[in-house]
Amino acid sequence: MSLINPGFGLIIWMTIALLIVLFVLKKYAWKPIMEALKEREEGIDNSLRAAEKAHEEMKNLKLDNEQLLKEAKEERDAILREGRKIKDRIIDDAKLQASQEASNIVESAKERIEHEKKAAIVEIKNIIADQAITIDEKVLREEFKDKAKQKEYVQTLLKETNLN
Amino acid sequence: MNKISGIIKALRLSVILLLMMFATSTVLLAQHHSNEANEDWEEEVEEAEFRAGDMIIEHITDAYEWHIISLGETHVSIPLPVILYDQGEWLVFMSGKLHHGHEAYKGYFVSHKDFNSGKLVRLDAEGHEVRPDLDISITKNVLAIFLSMIIMMIVFISVANTYKKRKGQAPKGLQSFIEPIIIFIRDDVAKASIGEKKYERYLPFLLTIFFFILLNNLLGIIPLFPGGANVTGNIGVTGVMALFVFIITTFSGNKAYWTHIFNAPGVPWWLKLPVPLMPVVELMGVFTKPFVLMVRLFANISAGHIIILGFVSLIFIFGQIAEGLGYGVSIVSVGFSIFMYFLELLVAFIQAYVFTLLSALYFGMATEEHH
Repeated sequence: MSLINPGFGLIIWMTIALLIVLFVLKKYAWKPIMEALKEREEGIDNSLRAAEKAHEEMKNLKLDNEQLLKEAKEERDAILREGRKIKDRIIDDAKLQASQEASNIVESAKERIEHEKKAAIVEIKNIIADQAITIDEKVLREEFKDKAKQKEYVQTLLKETNLN
Repeated sequence: MNKISGIIKALRLSVILLLMMFATSTVLLAQHHSNEANEDWEEEVEEAEFRAGDMIIEHITDAYEWHIISLGETHVSIPLPVILYDQGEWLVFMSGKLHHGHEAYKGYFVSHKDFNSGKLVRLDAEGHEVRPDLDISITKNVLAIFLSMIIMMIVFISVANTYKKRKGQAPKGLQSFIEPIIIFIRDDVAKASIGEKKYERYLPFLLTIFFFILLNNLLGIIPLFPGGANVTGNIGVTGVMALFVFIITTFSGNKAYWTHIFNAPGVPWWLKLPVPLMPVVELMGVFTKPFVLMVRLFANISAGHIIILGFVSLIFIFGQIAEGLGYGVSIVSVGFSIFMYFLELLVAFIQAYVFTLLSALYFGMATEEHH
C-alpha cells in the first residue's frame, strides 16, 4: 500500500524542480533551439525555392534564346529575300531603263537622220536648182545670141498667147 | 552566450562536487556495520529469511538513503538529509543516523507497517505510528529528480549553444541525437494535437515533460547510482506532472471547451436537464484524464520493475529451499530479466511518448476552436 502513498516532501520538491527546469529550459534551451530550427528550416525552404526559381529562369532564358535565334534566322531570311527582290527589281529597272534609253537614242538618231536627210535633200534641191538656173542661163545665153532668132521666138510666143 | 556557458560550467562543477561528496560519505559509511550486538538472535533469524514482497516494495519505493550495494552485513549507501517539521520545530539530520532504518533517531524511525511503510514516523501517546506534520526530506527520489534536472539543463543548454554556434548548419554530435526527438515532439505530437497556431505555447512544457520522463525511465532501469531510483514509478512524481497538465488544460480552456463540458452540443436535452447526467460525466472526465495520466505512468514503470525484481527474487526463494535449485533457477530468471529489461527499454520510450501525446491532446481539446 505504501506504493500509492506519495511523500509530501517529494511532491513539494518535484514541483519546485519542475518549475525551475521548465523556466530555465524554456528560456535558455527550447527558445533558442526552436528559433534555430525554424530559421534553418526557413533557410532550406528559401534555398529550395530560389533554386527552383533559378531553374525556371534558366528554362525561360533558354526558351528566350531559342526564340531570339529563331527570330534572328527569320529576320535574316526576310532580309535576304528582300535583298534578292530589290536586286531583281534594280536589275529589271536597269534593263528597262537601258532599253528605253537605247530606244530613245535610236529614235532621236532616226529623227536626226531624217532631219539631216531632209536638210540634205533641200540642199541638194537648192544646188540642183542653182545648177539648173546656171545651165539654163548658159543655155538661154547661147540661144539668144542672135537677134533674129529672138524675134522669131517672141513672135511664136505672141501667137500662142491669144489676147482674149 | 558567455553567461550561459558560465552557467553550464557552474552546473557541471556542482554535479562533480555532489558526486564527490556522495563518494566520500559512501566510503565512510562502508565501514559502518549494521550488525549490532544488542540485536535479538531470533529477530536476526527472521530478518535473514528472504521476503520477496518486502524486498520488491523496498526497491521501488522512496527511501531516506540511496542504497547502492550490500556486501554481507555491510550496507553501502549514500546518506541523505532528513528535514522534518513536527510539533512546532524543525529537525534536520542525515539519514545515516537511522542506521539503514534499523534505529530510531529522536523518536523518529522508518515505519515497516502497511500504509506508511518506508516513511519516517513517530509514536504518539497511544502508541500509534503517526507521520510528522511536514516531511520535506531530500529523499532518494528527490535527489534523483535534482540530478536528472541538472543533467537535462546541462544537456539542453549546451545543445542550444551548439545551435547558436552553428547557425544554419547541419546538426552535429549530441545535437543530431536530440534534434530528431525534438522535431518529432514538435511536429507529430504538439503540431498534430494542438494545431499550427497554438502549439508554440505548450511546446516547452511538452518537451520538458517528455525528456524528464524518458531520462528517468532510463535511469530507473539502471540498477546502480545515479540510476536505480524509481522516479517515474512514483505516484507523487507522476501526480505532480499530471497536476501540471490539469492546471494548464483548465487555464487554457476556451469557451468551446467549457460549453462542451457543461452543455455538450448534439446531446438530447433529457440527458442534461432534470438530472445533469452528461455535465456530471464530462466534469468527471476533466479530473479523470490527468488522474489516468498519473496512474498509467506510475503503474507501467513500477510494474516493469516489480516483474524484474520478481524474477530475481525467484533465485533467492529457490536458493533458500536448496542452493543448487537457486543456481538452476537463476539461468531462467536472468534470461527472463534480460527480456524484461529490453521490454522496459521499449516501455521507457513508449510511456514518455504516451504521456506527452495525451497531454498535448488535452491541451488541444482545451484550445480547439468551435466548429
